[in-house]
Amino acid sequence: MNPILAVRDLRITFGGVVAANGIELDIYPHELVAVIGPNGSGKTTFLNLCTGYIHPASGSVTFEGKPITELPPRTITRRGIARAFQIPQLFAGHSVLECVMLAVAARHGIWDAWRPLARRGYRHEAHEILDLLTLGAVADRLTAILPEGLRKLADIAIAMALKPRLLLLDEPTSGVSTAEKIPLMDTIVGVLRAEKITALFVEHDMDVVERYADRVLVWDSGRVAAAGRPHEVLHSADVLERIIGVG
Amino acid sequence: MVVRYIVILAVVAALLPIAVPWLGFVFTLAVGIGLAALGVAMLLRSGLISIGHALYFAVGAYAVAFLMRDAGVHDLLVLFAGATIITAAVGFLVGAFMVRYRAIFFAMLNLAISMVFFTLLSKLYYVTGGTDGLAVATPTVLGMQLSRGAFDVVMQNAALILMVAAALLIDRYLKSPLGEALGAIHTNEVRLEYLGVSARGVIWAAYTVSAGLAGLGGAITAVAIGHVVPELSYWTVSGQLVLVAVLGGIGGVPGAFIGAFFLELVRTFAVGIAGEVWNAIIGISLLIVIFFLPEGLYGLIQRLERRRTNPK
Amino acid sequence: MIANYLPLIVDGLADAALIFFVAVGLTLVFSVVRILNVAHGSFYAFGAYLSVVIGTIFAGRGWPLLSLTALVISPLLVALAFGPLIERTLLRWTYGRPEALQILVTFGLFLVLEDLQKLVFGVQPYSQDLPMQLLGTSRIGGIVYLNYQLLLIVLALVVGVSLRLLLKKSRIGKSISAVVADEELARTIGIDAPRVFMLAFSVGVFLAALGGALASPTIGVAPGLGAEIIVLAFAVAAIGGLGQIEGAVLASILIGFTRVAAIYFAPEFQPVVPYLVMVAVLIVRPYGLFGSIGLRRI
Repeated sequence: MNPILAVRDLRITFGGVVAANGIELDIYPHELVAVIGPNGSGKTTFLNLCTGYIHPASGSVTFEGKPITELPPRTITRRGIARAFQIPQLFAGHSVLECVMLAVAARHGIWDAWRPLARRGYRHEAHEILDLLTLGAVADRLTAILPEGLRKLADIAIAMALKPRLLLLDEPTSGVSTAEKIPLMDTIVGVLRAEKITALFVEHDMDVVERYADRVLVWDSGRVAAAGRPHEVLHSADVLERIIGVG
Repeated sequence: MVVRYIVILAVVAALLPIAVPWLGFVFTLAVGIGLAALGVAMLLRSGLISIGHALYFAVGAYAVAFLMRDAGVHDLLVLFAGATIITAAVGFLVGAFMVRYRAIFFAMLNLAISMVFFTLLSKLYYVTGGTDGLAVATPTVLGMQLSRGAFDVVMQNAALILMVAAALLIDRYLKSPLGEALGAIHTNEVRLEYLGVSARGVIWAAYTVSAGLAGLGGAITAVAIGHVVPELSYWTVSGQLVLVAVLGGIGGVPGAFIGAFFLELVRTFAVGIAGEVWNAIIGISLLIVIFFLPEGLYGLIQRLERRRTNPK
Repeated sequence: MIANYLPLIVDGLADAALIFFVAVGLTLVFSVVRILNVAHGSFYAFGAYLSVVIGTIFAGRGWPLLSLTALVISPLLVALAFGPLIERTLLRWTYGRPEALQILVTFGLFLVLEDLQKLVFGVQPYSQDLPMQLLGTSRIGGIVYLNYQLLLIVLALVVGVSLRLLLKKSRIGKSISAVVADEELARTIGIDAPRVFMLAFSVGVFLAALGGALASPTIGVAPGLGAEIIVLAFAVAAIGGLGQIEGAVLASILIGFTRVAAIYFAPEFQPVVPYLVMVAVLIVRPYGLFGSIGLRRI
């Protein structure tokens, strides 16, 4: 099976710090891959590189067989990769529904200056996505006043509205209380599996990783230091000591 | 709801000149300013202030003068259409690189270009008439040359129709995906890019439309006054346009016209009563609105309206 | 060789000096208070008017030499009258608000000051070139130079160096730098940020008025002066990079020389030059010669 995302020897340095030190990995369709590693090991930089927010000094990123290394975020998004952010990136001053509708409209084509954004078709589609992610009740609330967990879900809803084939999630459960983490991930993973979306998620909570990931990639100093199935990786003494700091 | 306000505005505007004839001229000028201010308001939605929109106002005005003098165009509608298209084209070209800038730098570059245009208009005497400007003869209407009095009535009605048409069209634009995306640029441009939307493209489209609006406003002004001068491109005019947009309120399309009516009415009355203070009155009104009515006069009207229908 | 160009150099530096006073004040205020003050030009105009009035009074009383002091007294008066008052009231209400709104507030202030100026000084042009005459001329290498121009250059240097010393060495200067770097942090270590803002703004007003006072012997002072100078000051500040004092120095010199060169070679287009330079610089370096902006972290 061909990988949906192939990364070869990605490198970049910021002011003396090597943020990406030869990243090599393959992600296969329909996988749920977790990315773990200490803070500052370059996980978010990796997401930035994959989505064109920054461009590597060398190396390549290929999506569905086509290179995307030098493309900007908007083109990469149109190719089928969507991203949910560590700090939820929502549109302040708008309701959750409006944010998702904008994403729906973006997918159908933003170059429409005549028909209203809030048309029935888009509204319906947006509601569907919100319902899938259990956000139906807060659809009309302003994003600014939502609690953190719902803001994260809203961010993911926006990303899902783009009907991506690959979804990149940056710490989906950070800032969410322990009691809410499992229901949150159950919801998200349920939708991912149902819609057959491949996903990569950066995570710090090892319970979440163990419970939901098909595969785990361990980051250390800007590269993939270890990879494997959760129970292999998370119980390896080497990984635990070097990366997670338990020894 | 917006349509209702536009209709009310139109009715008031239509009746007022009949009730008080000399206000007709003021109304026409106000529509000219209002259209240009609407252009500024559109860009303000995306967080971009153009403190150089007088450029397009002047391009539209001088386009009318040049079309009459050099291209032998005399028909009012053709002049308006021509000026609007020419100005939109200029906006399209300038917009091509303007969209790379944001915030203060966008404002600065717009300002710079408008001042270059101002100084060129002032200096290129043989082309532009220099600081004296150019006269604009009374255009023909549907082939007929009217008396100035009759023409003024036609102008007022034309201004009224154009105001309503522009208001309705731009209202649609702002509620469409392309228009809503403008607002999204202001709140989270990065997120918009991550939706697959080109922020630059969205701004470029709005910039071109806003230039066209200002051009039409300038054309109306040129015809109404019968004269064009380089001062139409001066930075204080740009400042007035932003002032009118904010004073009126950028929350909705009627705001720009409400602000423009206010400006022109104050200017007209203040000159009669206390000529040297009309700038100060406008300045203080602006400060009052900024501190106490951040949504502008239109926002105030909307709030009063909501309270009327929802007395709680 | 150089001697051939000396007149051009002196003219250019003198022009640059006059621009520098206004531009550095604008830049200083922007870097500390983070507001682009449209009314900055109005202070320039008040400085000019007041200097002419005071100078004329002294001349009338038979103390022509004192008219020179008018050049310094006038900006001090303007700064004292307007600086703290405006900062404490108008500006303080705008802190934390969006940039757009802040500029509009200063625009509103500008409109009010324009009319105030007309009410106080009337609409007829004023002129008083006594200070310039008093200083006479010097003959260098066969060419006559106005000593006034040389004074301007020297004063600009003095102001520039003093400002730098003030900001880098003095206690108040370090407070200002701290507030500029990180206001919240500065407050937590006990720096009186409101006082810093007031001081910085007042210095800015002083510099603008000084520019106006020093320019007054060389120009006709009339309504519209403030509007004319503020847009030029904006151009210079933008070229140098907003908030960058070194940038203001460089940009002033650049504009001073290009303007003077235009007067020598293509006088008709002298007014266009600053704005053409501005467009050219901004296209190549959108944030000005010394400005910069970082990529947002997500």
